[in-house]
Amino acid sequence: MSEPKFNNSLIRWIDHRLPIFTFMHHEMHEYPTPKNLNYWWNFGSLAGIVLVIMIMSGIVLAMHYTAHVDHAFQSVERIMRDVNYGWLVRYIHANGASFFFIVVYIHIFRGLYYGSYKAPRELLWMLGVVILILMMATAFMGYVLPWGQMSFWGATVITNLFSAIPLVGESIVTLLWGGFSVDNPTLNRFYALHYLLPFVIVGVVVLHIVALHRFGSNNPLGIDVRGNQDTISFHPYYTVKDAFGLGVFLILLSAVVFFLPNSMGHPDNYIPANPMVTPAHIVPEWYFLPFYAILRAIPDKLFGVLAMFAAIGVLFILPWLDRSPVRSATFRPIYKVMFWVFLFDCVALTWLGAKPAEGIYVILSRLFTAYYFFHFLILLPALSIFETPRSLPKSIGKPVLGGGGAAMAAAPAAPRERS
Amino acid sequence: MADTNEGTTRRDFIHVASATAGALGVACVAWPFIDQMNPAADTLALSSTEFDVSGVEEGMAVTIVWRGKPVFIRHRTQKEIQEATEVKLDDLPDPQVDSDRTTRPEMLVLLGVCTHLGCVPLGQSATDPKGEWGGWFCPCHGSHYDTSGRIRKGPAPTNLAVPPYKYISDSVIKIG
Ligand code: HEM
Ligand code: FES
Repeated sequence: MSEPKFNNSLIRWIDHRLPIFTFMHHEMHEYPTPKNLNYWWNFGSLAGIVLVIMIMSGIVLAMHYTAHVDHAFQSVERIMRDVNYGWLVRYIHANGASFFFIVVYIHIFRGLYYGSYKAPRELLWMLGVVILILMMATAFMGYVLPWGQMSFWGATVITNLFSAIPLVGESIVTLLWGGFSVDNPTLNRFYALHYLLPFVIVGVVVLHIVALHRFGSNNPLGIDVRGNQDTISFHPYYTVKDAFGLGVFLILLSAVVFFLPNSMGHPDNYIPANPMVTPAHIVPEWYFLPFYAILRAIPDKLFGVLAMFAAIGVLFILPWLDRSPVRSATFRPIYKVMFWVFLFDCVALTWLGAKPAEGIYVILSRLFTAYYFFHFLILLPALSIFETPRSLPKSIGKPVLGGGGAAMAAAPAAPRERS
Repeated sequence: MADTNEGTTRRDFIHVASATAGALGVACVAWPFIDQMNPAADTLALSSTEFDVSGVEEGMAVTIVWRGKPVFIRHRTQKEIQEATEVKLDDLPDPQVDSDRTTRPEMLVLLGVCTHLGCVPLGQSATDPKGEWGGWFCPCHGSHYDTSGRIRKGPAPTNLAVPPYKYISDSVIKIG
């Protein structure tokens, strides 16, 4: 690995004592990346940028927000009407949360399609699931802060999930509330945690990237990098590609922030919280809907709650459920079809989560919930045995260069020593 | 170091002893940090409410607040009481006789909190849906309660709770 040469003497002076410039050069500049990544690989760095946007807009909101049941709703309305550009920052934060989930869900399905969770990237994948869970906790508690009807009843229903735990359930719920119902102590602690958790996420993201840089990115072919001819340096090739993706993303985010700012929120959250009246139709934010559908599909309280948590928990053991040695769905004819069926299943659950829990919707929710677990627990292990994968290309360079580029591909074939 | 026959040393003992003492210390300090989240003394102090039920006419229902939660007070009609007492215990998911749930049969006092996930069931006002058993209906995930507030259908596991209350005069109840 080449030692970078810095022209600026101050940078050289610092780097000699604190080698952060060398570190950045290795990890963000020369970092060898498979040359065949497609646009689905944009969503990781995009998620990181959205996290920064959330923290920046959140700190601004925190300067004007009051975490008290008598003032929270007013203070958010004040941000919207009186604080300079408060409306902009709040709409960025509220819609940014939705976009964060869109980006991360795409990032996860990318991993599912290309088998990015398989050895040697199991811990990388599991850290990603930890990030998802922390994001859910953060978004849930953030949604409580404006103290509207949906804030209050969402908080009530979700905290009550813990009452399903045998014996200690009720005490845990009282502990979470700090009272006998969702009330001022609850709002205060949710605010403290909503401020804290994003920084915990930053920490786990760092670990996620350390694990990523151990073996480098997976790629659309799902085969290992064989040498220099298979990679290009991260800068400028992927920095510029990520920047382009960011530009597209920011256009979409702006379109929603400026023209449809309330399209992903629920109008009832503009009604101040009323502990005496539950809204006729309570729904969580859209990104929780598939899990909410699973919760409601099961007629038993404890098992409903367990199934909901298991739906996320099963992702942790995915690397050991799918034993097929082939990573990319491109070379797995059956898995490729089942991936799309599974995606359809998740979309269907999202739709069902927003429907009232009655009649045909209950039956459909049960079917799709059953299929969700069938996919992970039965189908994937079975496919690892019965599916015959197509033959894999010899190297990443091969299908790109073909016969004509053989001379080039042969040149620097020495395997790369990774740091 | 004085080695014992089994190959364990005094140093091993010191390691285990100090780790144990350390763990105990951490556990003792952890408790205040957890317990601070439980209801504070002033929150606990606000825990009783008095209410004069004489204004609640037959067939009428009112909702009052106790500990930040709704309490349903329903002056049941003769027909409602009859329905509540005649049902067979075997038909109930959470069997309980009506007389165990009331002090005076006509005046039903219940915690208005669905035992599923804590929504406030509908059924207090005349225009509300009251569910298939004429009591309450929780719109959140579809739980039906009968005229005694017992769960009959839906995901809720238990009957609507009866808060601790007593008549402190002929017409005034004290909850909590
Ligand atoms: C992982 C990153 C974050 C996510 C996913 C997130 C999510 C959310 C959500 C969904 C809301 C409710 C928006 C609404 O409907 O009004 C919210 C509100 C809020 N957040 Fe965050 N947040 C994040 C980071 C932060 C940070 C780092 C801070 C503070 C330093 C913060 C401060 C606030 C404040 C003060 C509110 C209340 C004002 C409002 O409701 O608009 N957030 N957050
Ligand atoms: S909270 Fe009442 S049915 Fe779920």
